[in-house]
Amino acid sequence: MQHSNTQDTLVGLFVASGIAGLFFLAMQVSNLSSFTAHDSYTVTARFSNSGGLKVKSPVSAAGVRIGRVSAISFDPKTYQSVVQMTIDSQYNTLPDDSSASVFTAGLLGEQYVNLDAGGSDEFLTDGSEIEITQSAIILEKALGQFLFKSAEEKK
Amino acid sequence: MANSAPPKNSLVSVQNLSFSRGNKKIFDDISLEFERGKITAIMGPSGTGKTTLLKLIGGQLFPEQGTVIVDDNNVHRLRRNELYNLRKRMGMLFQSGALLTDMNVFDNVAFPLREHTHLPESMIRTLVLMKLQAVGLRGARQLMPNELSGGMARRIALARAIALDPMMIMYDEPFTGQDPISKGALVQLIQSLNNILGLTSIIVSHDVQETAAIADYIYVLSGGKVVGQGTPKEIEQSPSEWVQQFMNGAPDGPVHFHYPAKDYVDDLLSTGKRY
Amino acid sequence: MTEFLQQLGRNTHTSFTKLGRASFFLLQTLSGILSVLARPRLLLNQLYSVGVLSFLIITISGLFVGMVLGLQGYYILSDFGAEETLGVMVAASLVRELGPVVSALLFAGRAGSALTAEIGLMKATEQLSGMEMMAVDPIKRIISPRFLAGLLSMPLLAALFSAIGIIGGQLVGSGLLGVDEGAYWSQMQSNLDFKDDIINGVIKSIVFGFVTSWIALFEGYDAIPTSEGVSRATTRTVVNSAFTILGLDFILTALMFGDD
Repeated sequence: MQHSNTQDTLVGLFVASGIAGLFFLAMQVSNLSSFTAHDSYTVTARFSNSGGLKVKSPVSAAGVRIGRVSAISFDPKTYQSVVQMTIDSQYNTLPDDSSASVFTAGLLGEQYVNLDAGGSDEFLTDGSEIEITQSAIILEKALGQFLFKSAEEKK
Repeated sequence: MANSAPPKNSLVSVQNLSFSRGNKKIFDDISLEFERGKITAIMGPSGTGKTTLLKLIGGQLFPEQGTVIVDDNNVHRLRRNELYNLRKRMGMLFQSGALLTDMNVFDNVAFPLREHTHLPESMIRTLVLMKLQAVGLRGARQLMPNELSGGMARRIALARAIALDPMMIMYDEPFTGQDPISKGALVQLIQSLNNILGLTSIIVSHDVQETAAIADYIYVLSGGKVVGQGTPKEIEQSPSEWVQQFMNGAPDGPVHFHYPAKDYVDDLLSTGKRY
Repeated sequence: MTEFLQQLGRNTHTSFTKLGRASFFLLQTLSGILSVLARPRLLLNQLYSVGVLSFLIITISGLFVGMVLGLQGYYILSDFGAEETLGVMVAASLVRELGPVVSALLFAGRAGSALTAEIGLMKATEQLSGMEMMAVDPIKRIISPRFLAGLLSMPLLAALFSAIGIIGGQLVGSGLLGVDEGAYWSQMQSNLDFKDDIINGVIKSIVFGFVTSWIALFEGYDAIPTSEGVSRATTRTVVNSAFTILGLDFILTALMFGDD
């Protein structure tokens, strides 16, 4: 059996660089570093239409990303969309009368939940529900209404 | 065939063995005995399945019928680890030597010791050098197998085969393709190992001179049958035409020079066929 | 017509018996893995010949593939004014597909063919048979360490390929073409998911390492022990590995990224 020290060293280097590659992919390329490192709390909001919102869509306040959507379900009683959001615990001073709206980033970009801070002294905590919501603007609907209106004005 | 009876005190005993490959019957109900401490040779022309016989004895192949008894163990009834334990006591010298090409000579001879024992490296070194000394190649320990001549490779393989001090060694065509000097060296080596270590040797060969010189007992195989058996002297004087042809190397006799074919003249005159 | 059917039947029969032998071989190989763990030296030697010797071809190919992706991606994305998403495009295609698949194909060509030739030659020169007669199980001693080394090396090589490719894409994208470096990384980070993308890519590469090592070792072990037999087996290793990798990639992709 060949006991070669250079060979052992090269194997060691190979394994180390392979693991470094994996680590690089995990921390630098994917979103692992931005979420799992922090504690978070969950709030829900009901929308009459959550549009193209998806699980893992961003949740932001004043343009800063503070969390993400963790679940979306349909409530068969109220016919509403129930959106569950995970928010970083470092942002634990959001007033409980904040409002949530579904926005689109740019004309064709992805959809996200925007939180507008309210004025209450109470803060959102784990399990709170955001009462004031504004649904997604569905482009086709908006266009349809616009055309319908302009047609009526012409008459 | 007025020959001496087969030996009694046998280490390996092949009884009523039949084996075929595809439709070709290689052994048809043969029985052989290999006496303890003696050199027994199996001779016969190429393609009579002599190597197959060694593989059957080593348990690498399974017979259709019959049994192989090695040291009171029925080889083909043993469980895997029992067979492996038995094989540790059976050395085998392959025709090519079968040295491991990625190791040098020393590591090749040390291989069975390292696999099967937990001896300290210093003791392995001593043992390996002793075995290499026995085959006269202690000075070649640093060489790689591709740097060895055929005869040297076979001697190294022999050193490896005796590394675990087996009770028997099977030689598969040890003299084939060797120059006269290596042949002489191997003949002497096989004989002296047999005497000094008290081994039982089985030699499979078609080299008449060399084999007859060292064998205590010879079986001659042909067409899946034993066609002659006895001491070298008895074989030499065998009345069997077949045995005579083989021992003297006559080109024609019971074994024909021509491969079976239709009549020569007819064959030449028939036209319109490609073959 | 009957001849054709006969041939078909014969071929089916041969393929199935071969598949049976291959499965049996795999079981034996897997059962030998425990004894490999008891002798890490065997594994280390194989990690060298399987992993380290594939390192260079994998890293260089990864760099070039990443650079090409950066270039092509830029041309297409700039038509839509979406150059900032170049990082996403490069990283997603590498991590999800090209990393595991291309490195597995290279691995089959570099290490797989070498394994088949090595084992086939050992068989042709009676080394395996000789080992058996020395009461050493060639599967445990020769096959299992190589299998384990292939299985471990593949995800590492694929990760290296992707990582270096992403860096290569960045070099071209922001070095030559002027994509903002911050956008390259941040878009990538916000759009690639650890579990969905990275872990799935790693799973793919483990599966590919498994089948490639299996095919390579089996073809060598099952080779006809002549020089022609070994060369045919080596060819079969590369061809069959490539087919299997690409086919499995489709199935795995459909399973992993199907519901989104």
